[in-house]
Amino acid sequence: MRPETLESTKRAVNYTPYHPRWYRPRVSVYWWLGEWHYLKFILRELSSVFVAVTVIETLMLIRALRSGPDAYARFLECMRNPWVVLLNVVSLFFVLFHTITWFNLAPSAMPVRMAGKRVPDALVAAPSYVAWLVISVFVAWLVLR
Amino acid sequence: MVEKITLEVARYSPERDDKPYFQQYEVPVHKEWVVLDALNHIKDTQDGSLTYRWSCRMGICGSCGMMVNGEPKLTCATFLSTYVRSGSKIRVEPLRYFPIIRDLVTELTDFLAKLKKVQPWLIRKEEQPLSQGEYLQTPEQVDCYKAYSMCINCTLCYAACPVVGLEPIFVGPAALALAQRYNLDSRDQGAPERIAQLAHPDGIWGCTFVGECTRVCPKHVDPAGAIQQYKLAAVVSWLKSFVLPRGQQS
Repeated sequence: MRPETLESTKRAVNYTPYHPRWYRPRVSVYWWLGEWHYLKFILRELSSVFVAVTVIETLMLIRALRSGPDAYARFLECMRNPWVVLLNVVSLFFVLFHTITWFNLAPSAMPVRMAGKRVPDALVAAPSYVAWLVISVFVAWLVLR
Repeated sequence: MVEKITLEVARYSPERDDKPYFQQYEVPVHKEWVVLDALNHIKDTQDGSLTYRWSCRMGICGSCGMMVNGEPKLTCATFLSTYVRSGSKIRVEPLRYFPIIRDLVTELTDFLAKLKKVQPWLIRKEEQPLSQGEYLQTPEQVDCYKAYSMCINCTLCYAACPVVGLEPIFVGPAALALAQRYNLDSRDQGAPERIAQLAHPDGIWGCTFVGECTRVCPKHVDPAGAIQQYKLAAVVSWLKSFVLPRGQQS
């Protein structure tokens, strides 16, 4: 938006001063606590922090693997700490929540049209779930074989 | 005997009150009665000073939107019987995040200014002469934008959107969906003009995809979807500005 347009917008939405008796409700800092839908949204936003934690841990794991058996053993020892286990359990919950909610939101951000008709949302989300399953099975096979 | 239910209605008189308060009214519950019928019953038989907007009472005019038990609803489409079953009182308040003029009446000047801002009309670089007749569209072309054209400006989506409450300057769901409605119209050529206005933190980038606008929309317009698609289009047009020579970007 151009600066002059922004200024005119600000002027347009500033409530006019000659109606001082309008009651303007204030939004509470805790607006997200009252309703499950809002709370779910905030949890979804918060989940990004735990996604970052998971990514950092994975990078640390790879670095430990590269540095040799001693470093890997030290990394595993660190991971056995009850606080780290707790953090990982919470992270797992949030990463799953993050993944599922974003997969489900994808169809409304990217509607697919085929033969002039919109493809049902479930069909648009399905490939993400299938890819998730296939990659998970492959990683499980890689680790457990 | 006709069953009764209590309505807790938000009252605010600018001449008398510093802030809204709740007044209780008891109304009969008839099977076919909606919350708006109950309000009309109160106004006709109990308290003529109760003020609210309504017109068509059939979900077309979009004037009777209110918070019913904390949810933005068209009161003409919200049956009393639903709440009798849950056994609770019905709390009726003006739509959230709007300034309140009186009782259940909200102030809409700001919303109307935002609607106008998105240029919700067909923009043509060059109008074709009248002799060529109307601009024709195939059913598929109509289908592209039809859902977004169903908006009745009831502002329920504004009352559902926390960004509207926290950032009053945010253009908001209905207006952005309306912009997208014209962008997707095969007769329109105004998308670049609109994107210059709306690809901004107060426009599409203000939306954090809470998704509540879509959930509460009584006409299934899906403003949240429209805004996310608009974001994608804005990114594509931004990328094109690097790749394509000037003149081929729109």
